[in-house]
Amino acid sequence: MSWLEANRDYVLDMLVQHVRLSVPAIVISVVVAIVLGRVAWRWPRVGTVVLGTASLLYSVPALPLLIVIPVLLGIPLRSGLTLVVALAVYGTALLAGTAADAFRSVDGRVREAAEAMGYSRAGLFWKVDLPLAVPVLLSGVRVITVSTVSLVTIGALVGIPSLGNLLTDGFQRDIRAEIVTGVVGTMLLAVVLDVLLVVLGRLATPWRVATPTGGAR
Amino acid sequence: MGIEFRDVGKTYPDGTVAVTGFSCTVPSHRTLALVGTSGSGKTTLMRMVNRMVEPTTGTVLIDERDVLGLDKVELRRSIGYVPQAGGLLPHRRVVDNVATVPVLTGTPRGAARDAALALLERVGLDPALGRRYPAQLSGGQQQRVAVARALAADPNILLMDEPFGAVDPIVRRGLQDQLLQLQAELGKTIVLVTHDIDEAFRLGDEVVILRTGGIVAQAGTPKEIVAAPADDFVRDFIGADRADRALRTVDIDGRSVVVDGDGRPVGVLE
Repeated sequence: MSWLEANRDYVLDMLVQHVRLSVPAIVISVVVAIVLGRVAWRWPRVGTVVLGTASLLYSVPALPLLIVIPVLLGIPLRSGLTLVVALAVYGTALLAGTAADAFRSVDGRVREAAEAMGYSRAGLFWKVDLPLAVPVLLSGVRVITVSTVSLVTIGALVGIPSLGNLLTDGFQRDIRAEIVTGVVGTMLLAVVLDVLLVVLGRLATPWRVATPTGGAR
Repeated sequence: MGIEFRDVGKTYPDGTVAVTGFSCTVPSHRTLALVGTSGSGKTTLMRMVNRMVEPTTGTVLIDERDVLGLDKVELRRSIGYVPQAGGLLPHRRVVDNVATVPVLTGTPRGAARDAALALLERVGLDPALGRRYPAQLSGGQQQRVAVARALAADPNILLMDEPFGAVDPIVRRGLQDQLLQLQAELGKTIVLVTHDIDEAFRLGDEVVILRTGGIVAQAGTPKEIVAAPADDFVRDFIGADRADRALRTVDIDGRSVVVDGDGRPVGVLE
């Protein structure tokens, strides 16, 4: 514990950096994945190509991706933006399929009745499809949140600071407390964000709280 | 006036023929029941009225105006729609389900909710149920909500897609009675789709029996159809030879007792 006490400010600084890298990446992933998932749901043939490409992107190794992104976008290698883009690519790749599933999970009878009542195309998306897709979508968002928080640490290898620095630094200087702090800190952050998502999910789906079956009949 | 199907047909891109050359007029304030087995095109025909399906030939007119010339969304909001079981918005409270169309057309939410609560009472539900979510209601209650929702914007036309198909016979009977009572007060122009011939006869002023491919087997009032089934298909479909339709009277202690085909008493002839 003495190492942690002596380096509290440094650890907190790295934690803040970690949040600032992971949260934007998660938000971008969610937005892009919803768009791709919607496209895949609406036009299944296009969807097969889109979702196939997405899973292919997920197989690109992280380090080369961190080198390629700055070249493609013309941004510095050590910029946090590089890492955010890379993580958003992985997050989107992982979430797009779930987003398509989420739209498919909406009861056809419900959306058809809504359409027949006179919801416009946009109204149908925002007021019917999206809220009803939340439960399945959320399960995917929880997965990419945890994976993104843990992936942020590799930024340390190319000099983008985060809790990952505690790992690289700890290994290099053989400070066990620092490594442990890095690992535990990353895991704690993931757990806190996950709990936050569960709470937000409950607030966004009050009908499921009221009816444990979720109205699935 | 009313709804007119003028020689309409629907062939889907895959070549399936749902309806061919269907013509029929539903006068204002009357109920048309479209009845047939699955694949008879009855739902397709009903959906042409609010442009959920567009005919490939012919025209559908509402008050002499071709529906294809009307704005799709506006048209749908002006027509009450009662879906099959499971068509309520599961994420909206009952009161908000009922208030859906008025809110879509710009009625302030508070006013729309007040009107919705009054409508719940009108369809025989406790307004206190308004706070619940659809899944917290029984199937019969849900369909009452669906009827209230369809009436909320006070439309001239109601489309009903097998509205009471998924509830048990006793509840169904109650729902039908409620609808008849409402219709006597409101006088909507109704197109009802059902596979239940008894429901068609109970609720329809005019009944159209369809066979596969949307071909009319017989059209007429329930009385006309029962009295003179056009052919064996209709005879079989309406169960003309069924024990509970083939009634006769027997004389018991000087009174004419009506019995069904199995000899079971169903009533006394006055």
